[in-house]
Parts: sequence; structure tokens; C-alpha cells
Amino acid sequence: MRIVAITACPTGIAHTYMAAESLEVAAKAAGHEIVVETQGSAGSTPLSAEELQNADVAIFAADIGVKGRERFAHLPIVEGPVKRGINDAQGMLSEAQAAVDAKPAVDPAAKLDTSGKLPANPGMASVVAPGYKPGPGALLRTWLMTGVSYMIPFVAAGGLLIAIAFLIGGPEIASKVNGGTFDGQTYKEIADITDIWGQVGIAGVLFKIGTTAFSMLVPILAGYIAYGMADRQGLVPGIVGGLLAVSINAGFLGGLIAGLLAGAVVLAINRIPVHKNVRGIMPTVIVPLVSVTIVGILMIAVVGSPIASLMGTITDWLEGLNGTSAWLLGGLLGLMMAVDMGGPINKVAYTFGVASLASGNQEVMGAVIAAGMTPPLALALSTVVAKKLWTTEEREAGKAAWLLGASFITEGAIPFAAADPLRVIPSMMAGSATAGALSMAFSASSPAPHGGIWIIALIGTPGLWLVAILAGTAVSAVCVTFAKTVGRQPAAKADAQAATAAAGAPSLTTVAG
Amino acid sequence: MTITTADLVELELPAGIDSTQATTILAEKLAASGRVTDQAGFLADVRAREEQMATGLEGGIGIPHARSAHVAQASVAFGRSAEGVDFGAGDGPATLIFLIAAPDGAGADHMKILGALARKLIHAEFKDGLREAPDAASAATIINEGVGA
Repeated sequence: MRIVAITACPTGIAHTYMAAESLEVAAKAAGHEIVVETQGSAGSTPLSAEELQNADVAIFAADIGVKGRERFAHLPIVEGPVKRGINDAQGMLSEAQAAVDAKPAVDPAAKLDTSGKLPANPGMASVVAPGYKPGPGALLRTWLMTGVSYMIPFVAAGGLLIAIAFLIGGPEIASKVNGGTFDGQTYKEIADITDIWGQVGIAGVLFKIGTTAFSMLVPILAGYIAYGMADRQGLVPGIVGGLLAVSINAGFLGGLIAGLLAGAVVLAINRIPVHKNVRGIMPTVIVPLVSVTIVGILMIAVVGSPIASLMGTITDWLEGLNGTSAWLLGGLLGLMMAVDMGGPINKVAYTFGVASLASGNQEVMGAVIAAGMTPPLALALSTVVAKKLWTTEEREAGKAAWLLGASFITEGAIPFAAADPLRVIPSMMAGSATAGALSMAFSASSPAPHGGIWIIALIGTPGLWLVAILAGTAVSAVCVTFAKTVGRQPAAKADAQAATAAAGAPSLTTVAG
Repeated sequence: MTITTADLVELELPAGIDSTQATTILAEKLAASGRVTDQAGFLADVRAREEQMATGLEGGIGIPHARSAHVAQASVAFGRSAEGVDFGAGDGPATLIFLIAAPDGAGADHMKILGALARKLIHAEFKDGLREAPDAASAATIINEGVGA
């Protein structure tokens, strides 16, 4: 494999060069080609356009921001602290190998194309100037993937903990911890977290830990999107913006907005020329203060208010629909469940389900749950039947998605939707609409507001409800599999490594009730 | 332009010292040779760097270093410790300690030499040579030859 690497450390006289040497020695020993750009005090010889273009993968061993990061947007990137480059060069090389293996081989000229379309001119490689910059599409994908890759472990840890809590404590564990009505039984919220163990046992504790991990999904997504754009300085406005996105019910799409906004604001602030004396406190005081303020105001005032009124409007509209044909209502709710995965529209649909439950209509809830289960299931299915379309990381995520989907934990799908929203979300909506419409048509009622497959014994017409879920899963799986094959080159697709998954379910707040 | 001399080598650092003491012993040598113009100022710069991130590396290496206005010439002082000095590496104390002094605003030549030294630290035969060096002069020769100066 052909590797381009960057090493950098704060002082730039020692670690930078040790990491470079260590990577070079290890790469040569393993028979790889490597060119290292040492961003140290001795000045660095920049990688040539040709080296960048011919590379299969990039390795960054750096404790400070990599200069000219945008040059690597067309490559998979393995990243670590500079000491890792020194002490564990082989480990970084094997990660690089894994990243290359996950990416189908393509014509080198095609790699430079960032739009996802076939290059018009096969000889375009020769016209790429040294100052080549990737297009906005490739940059955006790189940023989103940075956020997604940091978010995935939170989804895995939180989602699996919640599913395990359901398995050992029964699906009513969510209501026992957070309060709410489950199958006619009303529970009071356990306000003091330390009382959970004594009152509902280990299952309740695991559930609480899981939902806590889930509460970080959107902040981490937003924070690391901004980090991908603006390095360390992006983290603070990104995370705070993500927390505000949660507060204003903007869901993961709000998190995407917060992250991109935070990155852009930090980059903009850094363009303003400042006096030498102020420069020292820019990264520690001025940039955090100003960027958080700007992002926060924009999230609350500009993004928040329209979302609040949108939710009100949709709720009114939905209530006005009472009395239309049942399957149509189910289909609509299905579309809503999948469109923003825990965002405002999903929340309206889920809340409508819970409200219907309270007024004695259990069929709406059955449809909402069915529609929220299909996205992760469909993505899991697609990673199994169409292996080649998905990277190793995606296929791994697909395994967990089976359990998350079965448990009505739609968050399992967010990483994949966040990485490739235009292909994934519509595909998920199609299947969720199918599941919702069929579930309503079959009059499958659910007296419980959550639990997924684990409440099958409580469902009115369990067999037909399962049919609705399976049909929705199949529809979404076919759609997303097809969508992944069109409009994008395989290489570009692999860039969006984790673009799997699904939309939809009632968010953690759903589970949190 | 050699980066070290026999005067800048201490093959028997005393037992029981910490990283600050080891760095000070080596800095005294740099100051005595005139390569460091202000020992206290230089040590403060080294400490500031050390506080950012410990400079101990796996394999018994410690590389306290700084770019400092109090350095006249790119230099390295080398110390060897039989029992090791803790420089914060994950796998134990450092037995080979390189105090690297880089002049502030130095030209690329100075820096290239220090970069070459850093690259040498990866190689086992370089480290083994220093571990087995019988006297200060031969240790200095190994370092200077290693960086091609």
C-alpha cells in the first residue's frame, strides 16, 4: 500500500522526527511505500501532488493540528497522537491496511474526483495542480464522517445497554425508571439516581447508564463535526451547540447544523486579523467565548423557534387527521418516525402515539413502534445481503443494529443516516411508512409505549404486526441497497465509511419517556 | 558544527534523582560549555515543554527539550542512568536521557541536525551503542556520527 503521512508535535524538534522515522522503518519492513511530511521546526517539504494522488491512505501522528488537512480529503485517514507513531507504528499501519481493504480498488484518477460522479476526463490526474483542493462535497463528507466515527461507540454502548436492560428487566423497565404508563400500569419517575438500584435493580441501573450514553450522541456528533472542520477550537462550540440542539428538540439533524455552524464560526473568527498581544489568548479565551456565544444564539433563536412552531403545527395537523383512513394515518406516522430520527417530527409522531394510548387508542402506538423498528433492521439486513456495498466498519455496526432495531432503539441508525442522509433517510422513510400503514391496517395494537419485539406478547395481532415489520424492513433494505449503488462511485462511497443506517425510532427521549 | 562533545556527556547519573534533577545536571553542562547562555531561563523553557506532555518514550528514553532564546547553538547533552529516571513513559524509567537544546528562531540547518538525532533514537543499534559506550568521548562520537555531523 502507498501511504502518505504527517507527523507533528508542539515543539517540532523531537517527536515529529521520531514518529516519522518509526513509521518509515515499520512501513519499509512491511513492504509498503511511505512518504512522510514532518511538520516540524526544520520546515517541511510538502507532499507533492503526485504523492497525494497516488496514495491509498493517510496516517496522521500529530498532537497539534495538521496543516493542510484538506489535501487528504480523498483518502481514508488513520489518526493518532504523535507518541503512537513512535511506539506503535505497526498498529497504525495495520489500521491503515484495514482502511484500504475496506475501500474497493479504483482507478487512481477517479480518487481525485470528489463529486461522486465519474470524471469526465480520464487524464484529469495530469491537470491537478499542487494546490489541489477537494470540492465542497468531499469536504462535507469528511467532516460528517469525523463526527460520526466519534459518535458510533456511544451508540453501541448506550444502545446495547438499553437492550440488555429490556432483556433482563422487561420492557417496562424504561417506565419504571423514567415514569410513565406501561400496559395500564403507571409508574413514578425515580428522581434520585442512586435509588434506582434499590427500587428496580440492575436492569434499571443499566437502562439509566444506557440513556445517559445516548444523551451524548448529538453533542458528540456536533462537537466532532466542528473538530473535523476547525480542529480543537471547534470542539467547545460544537458540543455546546449539540447540547442546545437536544434542548430545542432538533435531534441529530440539529446536531449536524450545530456542528457545521460551530466549525464555520471558528474558522471565520480565526480569519480576523488581531493584534499580536491578543493572539496569545485567542485559542484559550477569545475563540471559545465568541464562538460559543454566536453558535448558542443562532441555535436558540434562529433554529430553535421555527422548530418549536413547526412541532406545534404538525401536532395540530395530525390531530385534524383523526378520522381519515387508518392505513393512511399509519403510513404518515411511519414517514414521520423515519424522517429525522429523534428530531422534532419523529417526536411529534411518537408523542401522538403516546397521547392516543392515553385516550384508549392502542393501534396508533403499534404502528409507531413498528415504524421505528424497521430502520436499524433494514440496515442490518442490507449489510448482510449486500456485503460489498458496505465497509467493514459498517458491517460491524450492522450486527448491533439487529438488536437495536428489535428493541425499538432507532438511534442505532443515526450514525449511518448522519453520514449519508440523502440516501439513507428516504430509504428508511419508505420502509417505515410501509410498516406503519400495514400495522394500522392490521389493527395491531400496543398497550406499551416502548419495548419493540420484547412486547410481542402484549400486541393485539402479533403475527400480522410482525408481518408489517418484516415488510417495512424489506422495503427499506431494498431501497437503501439500491440507493447505495447509484449516484456515487464505490471509492467515494467507502469514504463515507459508516454510512449505514437507519432512521427512525423514537429517540432516547422516547425511551426516556 | 557538532551537536555534542564529551563535556556534554554524563555516563553515570546518580541514583535516586528525578527528571528535574537529571535535566538540571545536563543543563549545567550545556551552560558550562556556553551553548546555553542562561541556565535558569533554559530550564524554565524545558519545564514548560515537559508540562505540556511528558517526554519519556517507551524503551527507556527521555528527551526533555525546548526551543529557547537562551540557547546559542543546537546541542544535545546526553546522560546515562543505571537505575533509570522517571520521565513519564508508560513502560518505566528512562536510562538514556537526551536534553535537546534548540535555539529560538534558528535556521533550518540547526533543526535538521536535531531532527536527524530524533530519527536515530528509533534505532536499536544507536541506543545499544550508547548503552555500551565505555567513555564520554565514544558516546559523543556515536551521537555526532549518528546525525552525520
